[in-house]
Amino acid sequence: MTKILKRIYAGLILLFLYAPMFTLIVLSFNASKSRAKWGGFTLNWYHKLFHDRAMMQVVLTTLMIALISSVVACIIGTVAALAMDKMNAITRNTLMGVTNIPMLNADIVTGISLMLLFLFFRFKFGFTTILLSHITFNIPYVILSVMPRIKKMNPSNYEAALDLGATPIYAFFKVVLPDIWPGVLSGFLMAFTMSLDDFIITHFTKGAGVDTLSTKIYAQVKKGISPEMYALSTLIFISVLVLLILINTLPSGNKKDEKVVKKA
Amino acid sequence: MKSNKFIKLLSAPYIIWAIAFIIIPLIMVFYYGLTDKTGAFTIANVTSIAKPEHFKSLYLALLLALISTVICMLLAYPLALILSGMKTKNDHLIVFIFILPMWMNFLLRTMAWQTLLENDGVINNILSFLHLPTLHIINTPAAIVFGMIYNFLPFMILPLYNVISKIDVNVLNAARDLGANPAQTLFRVILPLSVPGIISGITMVFVPSLTTFVVSEMLGGSKILLIGNVIEQEFTQNSNWNLGSGLSIVLMIFIIISMVITTVYDKEGEGNAL
Repeated sequence: MTKILKRIYAGLILLFLYAPMFTLIVLSFNASKSRAKWGGFTLNWYHKLFHDRAMMQVVLTTLMIALISSVVACIIGTVAALAMDKMNAITRNTLMGVTNIPMLNADIVTGISLMLLFLFFRFKFGFTTILLSHITFNIPYVILSVMPRIKKMNPSNYEAALDLGATPIYAFFKVVLPDIWPGVLSGFLMAFTMSLDDFIITHFTKGAGVDTLSTKIYAQVKKGISPEMYALSTLIFISVLVLLILINTLPSGNKKDEKVVKKA
Repeated sequence: MKSNKFIKLLSAPYIIWAIAFIIIPLIMVFYYGLTDKTGAFTIANVTSIAKPEHFKSLYLALLLALISTVICMLLAYPLALILSGMKTKNDHLIVFIFILPMWMNFLLRTMAWQTLLENDGVINNILSFLHLPTLHIINTPAAIVFGMIYNFLPFMILPLYNVISKIDVNVLNAARDLGANPAQTLFRVILPLSVPGIISGITMVFVPSLTTFVVSEMLGGSKILLIGNVIEQEFTQNSNWNLGSGLSIVLMIFIIISMVITTVYDKEGEGNAL
């Protein structure tokens, strides 16, 4: 009896959590433009979506920012994590403290602080400012997911490579990088999803005319949502699902790190 | 040793990046927040939180964030107990299912609730089909609380699950052997042991709820202003960066308070979902 009650409770919470997803998916196939009525099955919105140049441009911008920002964050973050491992405790903890700021601070504060920076130094708001902001909030995710891998690494391997005549660069690519690769990869995927998902920071750092998906949705919500958006969100949901299955099946340094999630 | 020095040098790009894009921007917030339009020092931007319209929005944000945090906790705690009680091989997968919605675009999820909660929306259609009374909560504070709970519930589930599933079964068995009934075990053993998770969950729900402007904008019909909305409007509509920064400083004080509480209670990082 209690077992059934427990299942029902867990099921109800799941229903609550997934109801919006199902709604979006169902609406994406709804022939009627009304959100409240079912007008029959159609693939029309998907067809329209792929022929909507402006929308495709938004998708492209979003993907470009996510891809470039997570690659750059991976390079800077991995290199920084390697260096931090060799630092003394005080320097390392200070740097870790700074690294935690974008993760712990409210996104709205991070967003306006970057906006003020760009205003003060007269940056032109647009693709570049969004990109710089995304790199900034992505680096911590990379560092936090690479760090445990580096801690587990055997330093003798690297030293042995050097003793055997490898240059530090060669030893890094042949010995260190393969060792920490899963951490880098899960950091990359995390950074990528964080970037795709971000609205608040993008909202404050974007310029007129440049939109990512999130800011586009926000603008549409005010004016009325086109059903193409439902089609797009269904496609996103499926992509996110695939991405996450990838993250979770990849061997990672520490199962706990995979839960490095924080997004509001 | 020489190679160690070389490796340390590698942190230079990140240190420069962190100074340029984390530290300096924060200094900017304080600079703008503590000066007026002419650049003269003032605390007027910060103290303007006491103005009725600002204070009201802060009060409402605190209230709604508090209500959502409490409800999230009441919903998540039993769930975390249930999930950690399911001793399956794939407990990783179970947690995964519960936090999966979190990766779905935040705005899309909130937009979907707008569709569901509307007066002629899906839920009301179902309710009227069943001849039940319909809900009229869209564009009210209740809808905002609903949206906050929905969006931030996984942040509560995760840390609670992490601490509860780590409680040693032997401790629970010992409690039973010593004559504790299930209620006593829950309140005197499991609950005290899960405090780090509770604290961590509270911060992770409270801070984003307190600072949100998206949920209130989308589900509150842009008429109900939370402190996040006020700050957002100062920046994007009124271009009063000094006032916006001043109010952000106030907001940061609340964030720092909750961070301090978390670090004090969560020294071992057990409930850490970050």
